[in-house]
Amino acid sequence: MSEFKIVGKPIPREDARAKAKGELKYADDFSLPGMLYGKVLHSKYPAAKIISIDTTKAKQLPGVHAVLTARDVPHNETITRFGQSAEVGKGFEGLYRVLADKKVRFRGEAVALVAADTEEIAEEAAALIEVNYEPLPGVFDPVEAMKPGAYLVGEGDSNIICKFGCSQGDIKKGFAEAEVIIEDTYQVPFVDHAYLETEGGVAWIDEKEVINIRVGSQVIEHFRDVAEVLGLPHNQVRYIGTMMGGGFGGKEDITVETYLALLTWKTKKPVRLFYTREESILCHSKRHPFIMHYKVGAKKDGRLVALEAELISDAGAYPYLSPWVNLYATVNAAGPYCIPNVKINTYCVLTNNTFTSANRGFGAPQPNVAYESLMDELAYKLKIDPLEIRRKNCITTGKSLSTTGQVFNTYVALPEVAEKAWKALGETKKVEDKNKRIGRGLAIGLMSYGRMTFLHDTSRCYVRLESDGSVLIRSGIPDLGGGQVSLLCQIAAEELGVPMSKIRIYYSDTALTPLAGTTTATRQTYMSGNATLKAAREIKKRIIQKAAEMMNVNPEKLVIGEEKIIVKYDSAQYLPLLEVIKACNTEGIELFCEAQFKGPFTMVPDLSNIRGTIFPDFTFGAQAVEISVDIETGQVEVLKLVTCYDVGKAINPLSVEGQMEGGSIYGMGYALMEEVVMEKGVTLTPSFSEYIIPTAADVPEVEAILVESGGGLGPYGAKGIGEPSCSIIAPAILNAIYDAVGVRIKSLPATPEKIIRALKKHYFEGR
Amino acid sequence: MKKTEIEFTLNGKKKKVEVKPSDLLINLIREELYLTGTKYACGIGECGACTVLLDGEPVLSCLTLAITVAGKEITTIEGLAQDEELHPLQRAFLEQGAVQCGFCTPGMILTATALLKEKPQATEEEIRDYMRGNLCRCTGYVQIIKAIKSCTTGGEN
Ligand code: FES
Ligand code: FES
Repeated sequence: MSEFKIVGKPIPREDARAKAKGELKYADDFSLPGMLYGKVLHSKYPAAKIISIDTTKAKQLPGVHAVLTARDVPHNETITRFGQSAEVGKGFEGLYRVLADKKVRFRGEAVALVAADTEEIAEEAAALIEVNYEPLPGVFDPVEAMKPGAYLVGEGDSNIICKFGCSQGDIKKGFAEAEVIIEDTYQVPFVDHAYLETEGGVAWIDEKEVINIRVGSQVIEHFRDVAEVLGLPHNQVRYIGTMMGGGFGGKEDITVETYLALLTWKTKKPVRLFYTREESILCHSKRHPFIMHYKVGAKKDGRLVALEAELISDAGAYPYLSPWVNLYATVNAAGPYCIPNVKINTYCVLTNNTFTSANRGFGAPQPNVAYESLMDELAYKLKIDPLEIRRKNCITTGKSLSTTGQVFNTYVALPEVAEKAWKALGETKKVEDKNKRIGRGLAIGLMSYGRMTFLHDTSRCYVRLESDGSVLIRSGIPDLGGGQVSLLCQIAAEELGVPMSKIRIYYSDTALTPLAGTTTATRQTYMSGNATLKAAREIKKRIIQKAAEMMNVNPEKLVIGEEKIIVKYDSAQYLPLLEVIKACNTEGIELFCEAQFKGPFTMVPDLSNIRGTIFPDFTFGAQAVEISVDIETGQVEVLKLVTCYDVGKAINPLSVEGQMEGGSIYGMGYALMEEVVMEKGVTLTPSFSEYIIPTAADVPEVEAILVESGGGLGPYGAKGIGEPSCSIIAPAILNAIYDAVGVRIKSLPATPEKIIRALKKHYFEGR
Repeated sequence: MKKTEIEFTLNGKKKKVEVKPSDLLINLIREELYLTGTKYACGIGECGACTVLLDGEPVLSCLTLAITVAGKEITTIEGLAQDEELHPLQRAFLEQGAVQCGFCTPGMILTATALLKEKPQATEEEIRDYMRGNLCRCTGYVQIIKAIKSCTTGGEN
């Protein structure tokens, strides 16, 4: 594969220069003459009846242009979608309510909107809105909320919003055969995306009466949803997606776009609205907390024979993407292991907590914590090495996923990555401090890339070769910071034989760029990468065909590179690209192409027993850590972290390593420090001094090992890495804590307090 | 509130502006002077995204009153490159892949500039410690630390 000129090279990204110079205009870096400032009034209570809302005083304040409540919204209640165009049936639909009406369901829910001349006036006006609430008891624990007779969060007759299952074999028989059985409950908390750029944007109406929304969004296809809220034709709403200051799933649902659209529609003026950090933490989605009961059975030699799990997750106050997240959790629940007898049941429940939705890894990281801890437990119990027990049980090429039965026909790198990650920990670090104990932990996992196949996913891209040899790309791809846009440039540059500097790309605009689908589900390298490849190759084919005629050689003998069409193995024989372009243009040969790439399509599965192909493909990885635990303070320090994934092909190794390192530290935060603490629906951690994320001082030595099997479905055999990269570091750390001090932490985050408490119990009471 | 005229140097050029005593430096820079490279990410001194250099020292512009910069010299990210020539740190950030979403990048680079002035031979430990006030959610800091290290005297490049 050494003929690549641009693909596979660690090159600076297309967008990096403007970012490093401070020139890139993010959503909040934009203003228009006469622009107003929007503000949202959020609910004070997590559960309450709205008796009345009086906006008179707010409206009278000079400088206020609009004050809106639910009754001003043309269609206040629609359905949550995330850009899908295929029919998927009722099982996945949830209520999307723009402004609270009659009842509030969580603290921070939007109740009213204001637009005013300045931010200060908008804030003052919001404070003048008089909402008369009657507090209701609410329910804050998903297990309580599941019980018959529980307080009802919504208008339905149950708080359970979805129930999924899947099974294979005979679970009773499986446990009867088992020689060891371990049963335990694991718990993971609410966490925040904590992207540095909060949610926001600017909206205006243009001379065609189109509402333009310039916003940071992972799903620009929400233009349709916004149009439906306003009762406008879809083509009267346009999203102009900006480069995002981080997304991680938090900009996958509609954030402030409907508020912006409503305010600009009512005032006919441009409006800017941005969340403060506090609003971002209080009012926008979180990662689903899960309570996970697991029972695992194995033979004495370590072979797994049965796994049963019941997963309960907290959807918070509205469904949003909960059904989808829970589907991921269900599919991932038995991990990357071959287990003949499996039974999984998943419930997702409404509560009066802040709503939960997509967060990097979707529903995968949560069950991974449970099953990988249990594997470790099993290894200790049976005195088998942690690597050995995984090698013995993990899925290999040709085997199938134990939950859905989906068969893996391409290379399954699990044994390879597990070994590499574990070995790369190297020599044990020496620590002088006598209170510090060293431990090591390993976790392996798999995670899908690409959307669920029953969503019938597609992506489009337009490529044009200009008469001067420069290239223009138009793709609806949103870039959340992972290098999605730059990747397409690299593919086009490689295929058309031009340097990166000759590529210009326009992205993420629902009016002007072909829709490329969402930047979610780790799908863009795979989907839009392939769409770009298809478009560029079509143009390349025409160029080569023409050159072959001009040179009077067989087109198969020609390759393209360095702005030349060259005869293979005879680089002295070539035509400059420009000359061929000229000839094509003279003859009217099309040097542009809009191509669509289609993922594999399947039917919607039976949700009570999800079997068969649900995802196009999976990425396999292993993560290993060496840590120290201070037995006096309970403080964990990660000393070395190894992350090893089969990425198929690293189109830009710099970006891939960046994902693997960044994902690891994202997962390390999940393991050790992050928790949105909610007490009866009230968030107690609304800032970065309470919601702690890793800093440069917390980061260990990180080694990223890339395996490039070439077996992926993406361009050049690439696989997706964005989400898989963060999904198994937490259990690796928990396992290392056990190795260091002999206590097993069963609820995240593994804070010093929890470790000290567990240590005391361990030493004074025995386990 | 009464406005006061102040004069200061911004990226090498003299500026005269009117400010209220309560105006924050971040708003002056972003909203009045349209230099949007300085970022808001928390507004209360907890993330470092709004870092600018005040007489060469890194300060958080979300916690600095505009009026206090009178007579002083401010450098924002826009003032770092010499025309097309990137500052060595900017170049290192590009080459090491230290820029992902880029939202932390201006603050990171400016803080690192001050670090390198203070300690041109900073060790990796010193870099980690000095940069701990600048949050980044994307990179896991690995490539950022590498980029800064490569600009120290005795660094890899
Ligand atoms: S915005 Fe100033 S420190 Fe966060
Ligand atoms: S690159 Fe995104 S926050 Fe640092």
